[in-house]
Amino acid sequence: MSEQIPLHDLGFDQRVERDLNNPALRTNFREAMDFLMDKRSSSFTDDVKLQELRTLGASIRKRALSKLPDLLEQLEAKLKENGIRVHWAESSEEANQTVLDIAQHHGAKTMIKGKSMVSEETELNEFLEKKGIHPVEADMGEYILQLAEEKPSHIVMPAIHKSKEAIAELFEQNLDDCEYTENVDALIQAARKELRKQFHSADIGLTGVNFMVAETGSLVLVENEGNGRLATTVPKVHIAMTGIEKVIEHLDDLPPLLTLLTNSATGQPITTYVNMISSPRKGDEGGPEEVHLVLLDNGRTIPFADEEMRQTLQCIRCAACMNHCPVYTRLGGHAYGTTYPGPIGSILSPHLLGLEATKDLPSASSLCGACSEVCPVKIPIPDLLRRLRHEGVRKLKKDEDPVIRGHGAKYTHTEKAAWGSWSKLYSSPALYRTFALSATLLRGLTPSKMKGWTDYRTSPKPASKSLHSLVKNYRKEQEQSRNKEAGGSQ
Amino acid sequence: MSDLFVNAMPDQTGSDEPRKCLAPEPRAYPEKPEKVYLYGTCLVDLLQPEAGLDALKLLEQEGIDVVFPDKQTCCGQPAYTSGYDDEARAVARMQMEVMAENYPVVVLSGSCGGMMHHHYPSMFKGLPEENHAKKFADRVFEFTEFLVHVLNYQPEDKGEPQTVAVHTSCSARREMNVHKTGWQLIDSLKNVARKVHDHEFECCGFGGSFCVRYPDISGAMVNDKVKAITDIEPDRLISADYACLMNINGALDFQGHELKGTHIASYLWERTSMQSEGESNV
Repeated sequence: MSEQIPLHDLGFDQRVERDLNNPALRTNFREAMDFLMDKRSSSFTDDVKLQELRTLGASIRKRALSKLPDLLEQLEAKLKENGIRVHWAESSEEANQTVLDIAQHHGAKTMIKGKSMVSEETELNEFLEKKGIHPVEADMGEYILQLAEEKPSHIVMPAIHKSKEAIAELFEQNLDDCEYTENVDALIQAARKELRKQFHSADIGLTGVNFMVAETGSLVLVENEGNGRLATTVPKVHIAMTGIEKVIEHLDDLPPLLTLLTNSATGQPITTYVNMISSPRKGDEGGPEEVHLVLLDNGRTIPFADEEMRQTLQCIRCAACMNHCPVYTRLGGHAYGTTYPGPIGSILSPHLLGLEATKDLPSASSLCGACSEVCPVKIPIPDLLRRLRHEGVRKLKKDEDPVIRGHGAKYTHTEKAAWGSWSKLYSSPALYRTFALSATLLRGLTPSKMKGWTDYRTSPKPASKSLHSLVKNYRKEQEQSRNKEAGGSQ
Repeated sequence: MSDLFVNAMPDQTGSDEPRKCLAPEPRAYPEKPEKVYLYGTCLVDLLQPEAGLDALKLLEQEGIDVVFPDKQTCCGQPAYTSGYDDEARAVARMQMEVMAENYPVVVLSGSCGGMMHHHYPSMFKGLPEENHAKKFADRVFEFTEFLVHVLNYQPEDKGEPQTVAVHTSCSARREMNVHKTGWQLIDSLKNVARKVHDHEFECCGFGGSFCVRYPDISGAMVNDKVKAITDIEPDRLISADYACLMNINGALDFQGHELKGTHIASYLWERTSMQSEGESNV
């Protein structure tokens, strides 16, 4: 795996070609996604209740987003009251710099990390390494990827693309006293032993956040391995890092969202650990002396400004859309080339990175709607993909405010002209009839090679008569037989 | 819902009501009408016109006066899903114009039905035609939906025993919520056994322009679909969407399979109009 060409050196089409033609990857993802789909559906057994819960989840997230600026202010005030320091970051660079400043202030050399997709988004590890601070990923999946020098391919199961055998090799090469074994428990124990040392020696713990409760100033973090619990309690300093959209209004909003999140993600009624962090250590009760929250915008305010696109920010990162996506299932996460892959990635990444860098993503979908069908907060992902396609092929009018960076990134004169002609043809019945007639008359001339289509299929041939003509003939026959009957009865 | 969540009921959901996306509310159905428009769809028109004629005959047999507007063309979906809204609207306007009377519009595809029923209202949102589009959308019905829910159609199966694999289009399933009506119709044929195939709920990979823009992804999807279908060795493959059939049939043929999918309108006509032995051919 490690001799692969770095992902960023390949275009989307090349990445697709590489990963589609990797049979091991195809099988691994199909099996893993089937497993996750089954887990989800076996935990949501009552469809009526599920739909009620999804409606509730969507309305909680919509309500929070409709008050986002106010809730963020309230959150900041509450957190400060609780003794948690709040830092705002407009960009990845700012967020990374903030983390570095805190670390340097404490003379930190090592950092133990719970799982944080936002830190993947800002490429925090790479940044810190350059500055002489060594981060260690403590989530098992992330730990594997750090050793393998790879990126997550899934937002909940980051190393889902790695086989047991590959992990065994990796551990054998990288861990002290770890012999090659395909015993999963033994592998986990080996990593656990190594990570335990890191937890005790790390100067700083850094984690992501699943929800922030404005009303109480609490940071909520769910996980199954206990690395989040340790990273937020053992080191002297805890830095939490997340996107501004993760805020919810009330503590009462939390239980339904947690239920939706864990059941949608892994089919669990609740995760093994639910951490609610409300303040730094008080007296002797343990916990970090300092807690910091870094709140990242990094383009999120762009979809926030548009009523339709804003729904993108409702996401609670359960990854059910990925697990159910027929495209993701066949490509895996790396082909997307973005931190967040799959359907949610294809509607979020264009806002974070601009449409020029992500112009293929909204189009690389059959709009089958499996994603929206399972989305716990009812994000209309296909509608948003289509909207992004629209923004990608149109140019801004004069004085029009952009709704995304990179309007018209996919615009070409040729395609615009083609759809113009198409529209003329199909909105003019007379033209269409001529077209249909010639298509059926010239059916013998149908090209047997249509680029792309004929690599997998034979080409369809126009019928000898269109439905329009068949109906006309049929009506004529009906009339004739009616006339005949009428004639016969006279 | 658990009582635990009562306190979380929204007091304000924000201004932006979600656009009706998927799993729509169950809709109300009209009484059996005298007249309907039959919307053949552009693919059936040019590639599988027999399906359209069979649908027309079947509806007439049920006592419906079928109007087939000669000026119908395409629902506009190809341009719409490619992001060309103006171009799609021009075509959509024409369809609404040629089917202006207050008759139900029976559409031979869940995908085009979904476009008209589900997307026309949002496509014309904020434009003068908005209301018109909504009213039009309300009288659009997918073919199997119309047969089951409006006509309460009970086919009399005259065919030999057969096993059938059904492919339901994603739009029928998720936009129109009518996948069950297709199954229901097949299940109501007494000599037909419906067999379920692996990952039946999954997209066949057509996706309109997707299949030519990303041919290899689409190809991987249709290959898996063909394998799942041929693995259960059905006598017939039936779908209510010709677009999916064009895709699946193309791949079946490419791989040398004899199986060829049939539109459900043709299949129902075939099963019900068959004349049993000894019956006079009048």
